Amino acid sequence: MPGTTATDLPSFPFPELNDNPFDPLAYQERLPEQGPITRVALPTGGWAWLLTQLADVREVLRSPAFSADIMKPGFPLLRPLPAQRDARDRAGVFIRMDPPEHGRYRRMLTPEFMIKSVRRLEPLIQRTVEGFLDDMIAAGPPADLVASFALPVPSLVICHLLGVPYDDHDFFQSRSRVLLSNTTSVADAQAAADELQDYLSRLVTAKERDGGDDLLGRLVAHRLRDGQLTHDEAIGMALLLLVAGHETTANMIGLSTLVLLRHREQFEALGVDPGRAPALVEELLRYLTIVRSGLPRIAVEDAVVGGQQIRAGEGVIALLPAANRDEAVFVDADRFDVDRGGQHHVAFGFGVHQCIGQPLARTELRIALAALAQRLPTLRLAVPPDEVAVRPSFIHGLQKLPVTW
Amino acid sequence: MRVRADRDRCCGSGNCVMTVPDVFDQDDAEGLVLVRLAEVPAALREGVRQAAELCPAAAIEVEEDQA
Repeated sequence: MPGTTATDLPSFPFPELNDNPFDPLAYQERLPEQGPITRVALPTGGWAWLLTQLADVREVLRSPAFSADIMKPGFPLLRPLPAQRDARDRAGVFIRMDPPEHGRYRRMLTPEFMIKSVRRLEPLIQRTVEGFLDDMIAAGPPADLVASFALPVPSLVICHLLGVPYDDHDFFQSRSRVLLSNTTSVADAQAAADELQDYLSRLVTAKERDGGDDLLGRLVAHRLRDGQLTHDEAIGMALLLLVAGHETTANMIGLSTLVLLRHREQFEALGVDPGRAPALVEELLRYLTIVRSGLPRIAVEDAVVGGQQIRAGEGVIALLPAANRDEAVFVDADRFDVDRGGQHHVAFGFGVHQCIGQPLARTELRIALAALAQRLPTLRLAVPPDEVAVRPSFIHGLQKLPVTW
Repeated sequence: MRVRADRDRCCGSGNCVMTVPDVFDQDDAEGLVLVRLAEVPAALREGVRQAAELCPAAAIEVEEDQA
């Protein structure tokens, strides 16, 4: 393998298969038979090691030998970095930081997303779910479940939690979508990020002036006022939470509904017994693994992963959807099996960067899917299955889900 | 079985609290792990092993009883 040029390698990311939105990319067919760790060519030039086994993915994401800092030379990028203009672009963006710097920011937010904190949000989530279902039922059938339910529920919840006016959701949803689309140019992505930063800057300023009993209000009152956090850092953190907080859960609700309509017995059982929701949600997380292009890292020291020597300065991509279909761990991994007990999936990532909002995401999914099954037991697709299209995005999701009942 | 948690490593993902709420908790200030029951009763041992396995930050250390 040494001496192979990047042009000889399979191109990553692999194209989405529109005819099967559940298949985590036919990556096996695209890779030469060289074992579980192989090299792929990146769209930004160069190459990276592609990790597809659960054990290797977990090891790398938890190892201090690998960095999440995209500014390190050689970092495996799927989209070119925009030219750095000012410090605001990086301030507070702790998903791109390594310990110990990363922990300082993350720990300002962890209490907000603890299970017991999320439990206090359950009545709001329940009301939100019921409210959007009421509206959808009153207006339909038919309906686009993505636009009338899957997207507005997490969007309203994250707005409430952060203290962002929900009336502005069209604005930040459209900009987030541009940011996350894998067909967006660097310039357009930068313009979308600029608009979101300006918006959040005004909001942080308003919280400094008026306070607020919400996450941003608390961040300003407890961290910004006493100098632990700068204005720009607060913007960066708010941007991460706002973008990550609605698109991911929204896509999971849409795709999960489609899975349940294909596994009708599970949908009906959930309607009768909402206690089935936690196990169902775990299997949906494993089966769907919406972070399709995986998590990139760069080796900062030499390491051996799964028997493969990886040198400092080389990039790796932890391919989460492949790891969650690892046959060595999940028996008959391509089968949707609610009773498999597959909690050790990596749908939320692994290591210190593992999704901070996972208790919130799980709760929203549980409540949304159970309410859907209870309120609309006759829910079904309003179009042929092959007309349900996926969205071109770094986060896997459906464009629309036309349903009737 | 005894269980210890390293709060310097903890990233507050809450997997352990979800898995064995009788044994693990998170503090209100930083959201970091707290061990409620350092001496683990037999009925909770499998859950504690799983929590250690699931911990994304490798912050949970389990000490099994000597045979």
